[in-house]
Amino acid sequence: MSATITQYRKYHSKVGRSRATSESTLVRYSLIGITLAFLGLFLLLPLLAVFTEALRKGFETYFSALIEPDALSAIQLTLTATAISLPLNLVFGVAAAWAIAKFEFKGKSFLITLIDLPFAVSPVIAGLIYVLIFGAQGWVGGWMSDHDFKVIFAIPGIVLATIFVTFPFVARELIPLMQAQGKEEEEAAMVLGANGWQMFWHVTLPNIKWGLLYGVILCNARAMGEFGAVSVVSGHIRGLTNTLPLHVEILYNEYNYAAAFAVASILALLALLTLALKTYVEWQSAKNAAGIEKEIMEREIKE
Amino acid sequence: MLKKLITPLLIVLLFSRLAFAETSLLNVSYDVSREYYKDLNPAFIKYWKAKTGESITINQSHGGSSKQARSVVDGLAADVITMNRSPDIDVLFDKAKLIPKDWQKRLPNASVPTASTSVFLVRKGNPKKIKDWDDLVKPDVQVVIPNPKTSGNGKYSYLAAWGYVLKNGGDDAKAKDFVTTLFKNVPVLDTGGRGATTTFAQRDIGDALITFENEVFLIQKELGADKFEVVYPSISVLAENPVALVDKVVDKRKTRALAQAYLEYHFSEAGQDIAAKHFLRPQVESAVAKHYENFKPIKLFKVEDVFGSWSKAEKTHFADGAIFDQIYAK
Repeated sequence: MSATITQYRKYHSKVGRSRATSESTLVRYSLIGITLAFLGLFLLLPLLAVFTEALRKGFETYFSALIEPDALSAIQLTLTATAISLPLNLVFGVAAAWAIAKFEFKGKSFLITLIDLPFAVSPVIAGLIYVLIFGAQGWVGGWMSDHDFKVIFAIPGIVLATIFVTFPFVARELIPLMQAQGKEEEEAAMVLGANGWQMFWHVTLPNIKWGLLYGVILCNARAMGEFGAVSVVSGHIRGLTNTLPLHVEILYNEYNYAAAFAVASILALLALLTLALKTYVEWQSAKNAAGIEKEIMEREIKE
Repeated sequence: MLKKLITPLLIVLLFSRLAFAETSLLNVSYDVSREYYKDLNPAFIKYWKAKTGESITINQSHGGSSKQARSVVDGLAADVITMNRSPDIDVLFDKAKLIPKDWQKRLPNASVPTASTSVFLVRKGNPKKIKDWDDLVKPDVQVVIPNPKTSGNGKYSYLAAWGYVLKNGGDDAKAKDFVTTLFKNVPVLDTGGRGATTTFAQRDIGDALITFENEVFLIQKELGADKFEVVYPSISVLAENPVALVDKVVDKRKTRALAQAYLEYHFSEAGQDIAAKHFLRPQVESAVAKHYENFKPIKLFKVEDVFGSWSKAEKTHFADGAIFDQIYAK
């Protein structure tokens, strides 16, 4: 297999860019132009608008909107919800991907479908599910309120909703990666006498670390930005159960456009940071993959 | 391993933060009462501190009234509920028995401290010459009204138009024709009052906005008095804003005395003054006289007087397949 690839590469480098497989300059540049215009209009312009609107009334208004107590508690709540749902999804995602990629068992495809469920279900429905279960009129709501457990219209509900919508990210990222890697290295570790943990820490984890990080970053972005599901279970109590996206909506509805965009710019900054991190991780994992490939090729040449 | 320890710890911390909260009230309210409560709450907190020495916090939750009522039924722990229509409080009895059936009898004026009415906001100079309800059904006029199915604000606007025809000697058939034509002129139905405001004022859609009097003045204050003009129709509906404490919640949280005092404060002179400042019509007689000149005296009718009762109005006009569905589907 790798021999064919090397042959193909040699051939390809000799021929260079063949005329038959590339478009004329005009077509190429107009396609690039359209893409750039599209990106500028639908991505860059709104992003710029967020920051211009946020700073329209000057830096002072901008910062006072961010250190206002309700905004601070929204930031705190968003970070708390993310800090809880992220590690849980991390553990679950690795466990699920491990089970699916390395083992054969009954109901495996059903499990994969279940993991994809949050992608298919509208976030509003996700929120309503928890209201139906934990609401005062819900299945366990009566028992919960008798025992002073609060789930919906409180922080646990927001965490639950966040976990639900971010559920597939880590697992979905890892499953194809782990399947491609196969289980030979783990088997070798076992044969050499490693126990389960040692095998996981020294073999599996180093292999999947970039994919894992990528999944976590995506999961993080979604957890901070989620609106629909959280809106349903939040109860919208200011300073207590409003997350950042909900706080933006409230400010906007109160004609407080500068403050709304100031808070929105925080979310936008978080998104940009996430993208930067994502790019770095992709670059690192590509470098990693290239390194492995090079190593294999060198080995083949020696042989 | 560390993460496994931290997570439960965080959860425990969160729960404890909720369990040992200081003395507080949660007021679940409708969409456009935010500014009013931003003033009323600090005033009451000060009053309560002076009276009892106790420091309290009042938390607010705002949203479309029917949605908010639904949340309380579903377990949102509201000590008090302040709405813009009595049916949105009745639902707490009907669906969850959180309050007694006769909740309106517990406070003065059938538990209604403030009221508003549906009026028109038009663009500067009133280019379409809109003076009364008749002008809204002209073919070249576009009217923005929030959806009567989802918002109390929209229900009042609809009933005001219907009542206008009846009060001018028309019958139900004529009123239905009139309202049908009116809603033909509505380009968008927003789900709540604030959404309708944004459509009219920010997105520049429509020639007139029908919404609460207090919202109209707030728009002028926030978005510029030089852009819009207020038009009072010859007659409109009295939009009463009832308040109630939620018995099941206050008994459990042991906040009944505080909640009761908070609601009574709505009826006090100070409370009524704050309401008037936010263009809500005071309903306590002494305050009505005091703020008389601030509110244009127009003919107002109660929903009960024209439609029998709110529940009748709901059934004939807004229930699934009822008149509103019929005219809007056409």
